[in-house]
Amino acid sequence: MTAQMTSLDAEVMSALSTVVDPELDEPITDLGFVRSIILDDLGVEVHLRLPTSFCSPNFAYLMASDAMDALRLMPGGGVVRVMLDDHHDSDKINLGLATDAGYRGTFGNEAHEDLEELRATFKRKAHIASMERSCMQMLQRGTWTLEELPLLELRDLPDCAKTKSLVRRRAAIGLPTAPDSRVLVDGDGVAIPERDVPLRLRMAATTRRSIEGNAHFCRGLLATRYAGSQEIDAITGPVITDLRSGA
Amino acid sequence: MYEKDGEKYFVVDGHIHFWDGSDENCKNKYGHQFIECFYGYSSALTPPEYLWDYKKYQKYTEADVMHDVFEIGYADHAILNSVHLWDFFHHGFDREADAWALTQNAGGKITMNGTWDARDGDEGIKQLEADAKRFDLQGVKIYTAAWKGDSRGFKMSDPEAYRYLEKCQELGIKNIHVHKGPTLTPLDKDAFDVSDIDHCATDFQDLNFIVEHCGLPRLEDFCWIATQEANVYAGLSVVMPFIHTRPHYFGDVIGELLYWLDEDRLIFSSDYALWQPKWLIEKFVDFNYFPDQTEYPELTTDVKKKILGLNVAKLYPKTITVPEQFQLSAAEPVLQP
Repeated sequence: MTAQMTSLDAEVMSALSTVVDPELDEPITDLGFVRSIILDDLGVEVHLRLPTSFCSPNFAYLMASDAMDALRLMPGGGVVRVMLDDHHDSDKINLGLATDAGYRGTFGNEAHEDLEELRATFKRKAHIASMERSCMQMLQRGTWTLEELPLLELRDLPDCAKTKSLVRRRAAIGLPTAPDSRVLVDGDGVAIPERDVPLRLRMAATTRRSIEGNAHFCRGLLATRYAGSQEIDAITGPVITDLRSGA
Repeated sequence: MYEKDGEKYFVVDGHIHFWDGSDENCKNKYGHQFIECFYGYSSALTPPEYLWDYKKYQKYTEADVMHDVFEIGYADHAILNSVHLWDFFHHGFDREADAWALTQNAGGKITMNGTWDARDGDEGIKQLEADAKRFDLQGVKIYTAAWKGDSRGFKMSDPEAYRYLEKCQELGIKNIHVHKGPTLTPLDKDAFDVSDIDHCATDFQDLNFIVEHCGLPRLEDFCWIATQEANVYAGLSVVMPFIHTRPHYFGDVIGELLYWLDEDRLIFSSDYALWQPKWLIEKFVDFNYFPDQTEYPELTTDVKKKILGLNVAKLYPKTITVPEQFQLSAAEPVLQP
């Protein structure tokens, strides 16, 4: 029984770790956004929290509904409930999630289209940041020069975490991941011409620093917001309560 | 004035507040959440010895401003910027009457800016005209994220906003401070999108657009726009306090801004009472890049002098005069052979 419980905890956390803050490009489990997990005979209830009550509701909705989707894919999870706590739009978002209202159903007149365009913008930014990391790695190793960089292909990159993350982010925006694909491309997969390389690479570095900096800021705000609360900080992880009758 | 190692810095705090976030002034839970959120920002990035308790933070006095900003905060002048947020606060967040009294009592050390909301129509235009006359406005602070009934914000590129910008031109209000924050119209767009500044800066070349918080968290988008629009400035409120908690990141942001903009378009501000200016200024004058931050333009003493006061002084000539001793020494003339 114990083994089974532990495995359900782990499965829930594993499912939630696939949910990424679109802007910060990091899993919500690493960011401390998962506040608590309740397991009962009915299923799973997850509470999320954010660094401020005024965090963008569209991002909040994206993460909460992604969490819902990820948990529903989990076999044996039962009924899935996801709640967003302490947000100015908590009531609206929680009602929308509970009734499967979808984004437009949740926000009504405020929402004009669906969220895919917004999501795509941040996936493109995440790819640009990742591309810059890989390119800079090659320049720093001295194996490639700035002039040669437009010819760099995926197969030239070392087998490392940076490369894996680049390939994953390319796949996420539909760019080719074959070994002979050029690395230095724009969001549509078009190779960046040599004359534009310095400027584009420089802007990519700015994008990367911006994303990294935002993640620092959000972690700091979250830690401040929930400091001294009875619950958890961002380090120890969510409170997990098991109310299943077999427990 | 701040002096360190024989160098004298003329200091203008480019953005301070005189707010009222007291429980009595909060209209609803959003007002409480708003000031709590401010306090969270403050707590996260302030050295512990400078952090106020929450009650004082909600509503502070005229004497606090004079002491913190001018007596110990080194400022020779400060720009007072704030907005009403009528949907959150009964008497306005900016306590306009008190702010005007503070300005008049400050002996010429404070310039108070006005504000407008693009959704206020003809009434708002009339109010702007009256305010321009009464306060002799040189600038306004715009909060595009303000809620108004069902609306959760507007954009600087909206036709309604253009009407107000035209009125600013007519009234000689040159400085448009824009807080870029979570505007929600439409909700599905990037909430911090700075692209509306691109439009209005192109269409109103004779106005200066000071983007507070330099577009954070969209630093890259802001830099891209500011590179192309010479009348776009980076207000360093919110950026400054990272110098304490995240000095490396602070170096990155300043370095990026200097790289994409230029040293004449960065403007120091404490965002008081979000942060106390004293420690920000001391740390900034002492600041150097980290050894790995080699690709950025130099942060020389002259550049620091520009950022701390000389840049913004040029935008407010009616109220700010920089004494000769603080001006940068002219470069040695190049002798022609």
